[in-house]
Amino acid sequence: MNHLAVAQTIIDCDIHNAMPNDHTLFKYLPSRWRYHYETIGPRVHWGGNYPRAVPNAARLDSWPPSGLPPGGDLDFLRSQLLDNWNIEIGILNCLYNVGGEINLDFAAALAQAINDWQISEWLEPEPRLRASLLVPYEDGELAAAEISRVGSYNRFAQILLLARTRDPLGHRRYWKMYEAAAQYELPIGIHFGGAGGGPLTGAGFPSYYIEDHGGMPQAFYAQVVSLVTSGVFEIFPTLKVVLIEGGFGWLPPLMWRLDATWLQFKDEAPLLRRLPSEYIRNHFWITTQPMEEPSQRHFFPQLLEQLAMDDRLMFATDYPHWDFDAPFRAFPVKLAQPLERKIMAENARLLYRL
Amino acid sequence: MNVLHPSVIDCDLHNELPSLQTLYPYLAPHWVDYCNESGFTEPDSGDYPKNSRLNSKLYFSDGIDLSSSALSALRTQALDVWSSEIGILNCAYRVSSVHNSDLAAALATALNQWQIIEWLNLEPRLRASIVVPSRQPELAAREIDRFGDHPSFVQVILPVRSEAPYGNRRYDPIFSAAVRHDLVVGIHYGGSTGSPSTPAGWALTYLEESAGMAQVFQSQVMSLIVEGVFDRFPTLRVALIEGGWTWLPSLMWRMDKEWKGLRHNTPWVSRLPSVYIHEHLRFTTQPLDQPPNVRQIQQLMDQLESEEVLLFSSNYPNNCFSKLEQALPTGLGEIVKGKILAENARGFYKLTKNL
Repeated sequence: MNHLAVAQTIIDCDIHNAMPNDHTLFKYLPSRWRYHYETIGPRVHWGGNYPRAVPNAARLDSWPPSGLPPGGDLDFLRSQLLDNWNIEIGILNCLYNVGGEINLDFAAALAQAINDWQISEWLEPEPRLRASLLVPYEDGELAAAEISRVGSYNRFAQILLLARTRDPLGHRRYWKMYEAAAQYELPIGIHFGGAGGGPLTGAGFPSYYIEDHGGMPQAFYAQVVSLVTSGVFEIFPTLKVVLIEGGFGWLPPLMWRLDATWLQFKDEAPLLRRLPSEYIRNHFWITTQPMEEPSQRHFFPQLLEQLAMDDRLMFATDYPHWDFDAPFRAFPVKLAQPLERKIMAENARLLYRL
Repeated sequence: MNVLHPSVIDCDLHNELPSLQTLYPYLAPHWVDYCNESGFTEPDSGDYPKNSRLNSKLYFSDGIDLSSSALSALRTQALDVWSSEIGILNCAYRVSSVHNSDLAAALATALNQWQIIEWLNLEPRLRASIVVPSRQPELAAREIDRFGDHPSFVQVILPVRSEAPYGNRRYDPIFSAAVRHDLVVGIHYGGSTGSPSTPAGWALTYLEESAGMAQVFQSQVMSLIVEGVFDRFPTLRVALIEGGWTWLPSLMWRMDKEWKGLRHNTPWVSRLPSVYIHEHLRFTTQPLDQPPNVRQIQQLMDQLESEEVLLFSSNYPNNCFSKLEQALPTGLGEIVKGKILAENARGFYKLTKNL
């Protein structure tokens, strides 16, 4: 165990397992789609390529000795992450680009393959792990079908989407997916990344990775506004949404602005019966990495006060990525004990019923 | 300045073009023919929905002579009400959304002449912003050179929604011309580019689009700084208008953090992004979008780490307040109030009372 690891319980809500290679993928992909994969290959919304900080956006020490990619070797992930930090439970968010695949039938086949691979090669062998269920989210019905296929397997903790979708997530095209998620009592996780066919910003494509990485809160911002104003939470009152790797400093100002704008344009959101900020505080959870780092330490508790979501923040490392948050030094200030326990483990335990 | 009526400089007033025909006296015959023959009526713009309370045309259409009634309405409903010493016009006519760049440039020139003759020449308290065909930065720069030395133009106005973020080097001719004429560049709510307003597609309602516009402003702030505009133009001043400002602390924290991890991407950014923000950027106060209680408003004012960055704006005629106090963050001290109401703008725009 890491000598600095704290004795307290840790639930890590953002760990990335990677498909190690095509050989493994092919074990789970029907021959028709293996042929497609080999002859056509993935077709996604190309044109938004920003070379990352480092290969695979991974910590340099996270490349396993086995030669597999970071996050692709369960044994190495066990020792470098779970054992080293004494992590009680970890949630896997596989970022294989299923949802961004434009050929929806192929996307559905990939989702099945990835989910089956996660069950047999991650969840069954390692009891500390839970995983996110991948779905072809650009088609609500196909996504719902995949949720029905494996959603009752109790080691899937949530449905995983990427933040940049083709339409804002309040759009009706996604509602069948929400219906299935609510039925199987699975939260919808929205993770950093994705590409929906439009530019990275509301003002076109920027030039640098720092803008891609630093600008992702704007995608989360759009999704929160859309989910709330569309009335999705009135239609699916038990739906829960987790914002993963999006930060949270932008959320209080969003609530202030959205409440004020809604008061002017209520007519456009006839389903809403309460202030938008109330829906946000009732239906959203947030993972902590990348941690907000205000310019002065005392601004951090102010931020938590403005957010007023102490029961909704959930610790995450983002292993094995370069901007990993280490448990013992993630927070800019020492948190009061009940709050620290909630964020490090108990909020996630309640949400995911771990 | 006296105690009862502090100086007020209003940094966001809207003068709306009543109709395309208003510009005909200022357009070359070719373009008048073109407009008549093609049936072109106005540039695409969904920034202020037709019959919503945000549409300034509603306020201006009471009288018979549209432009003179608009000016007199603006005098009585804005300048006189707040006893504004100076008011800055930001015309939201979106020549930038016209793809035909020659037409866009002709419209801009005509519009700017209309602003001089029908607004600036008639009301000495007014200053205005040069409207430019920003899709074509070279043509925009020509427009800035044409009007940039007119003493009443204090700013070049750009829509926040652009084809590429403004830090992109393609826009350098605009910034270069602004610096050449010592003008502020104002980035204003709205714009029609043909691309979605969010990183995740088209907002479904105006409510969603309008609430979401704050994220487009944040993208622009990040672009201007990390793509090096202020390193290429160290004297450039940029005002962010009608985009809110309560998101600024969280954006500064995020950008400073990104800079620590990724500044090898953009090595010309030699200081923390928040330092560039405090030095080069200003934000108008409307819409306030402020926290629900005074304590959190005070926290936010502290988190700005500057008393210089806010500029008072009424956003007339879209304003939804009747008392000056309602247009300002609650609970300000007198000194900072004076700065926000007038002195920050006076310095930033280099305004003098008498031209």
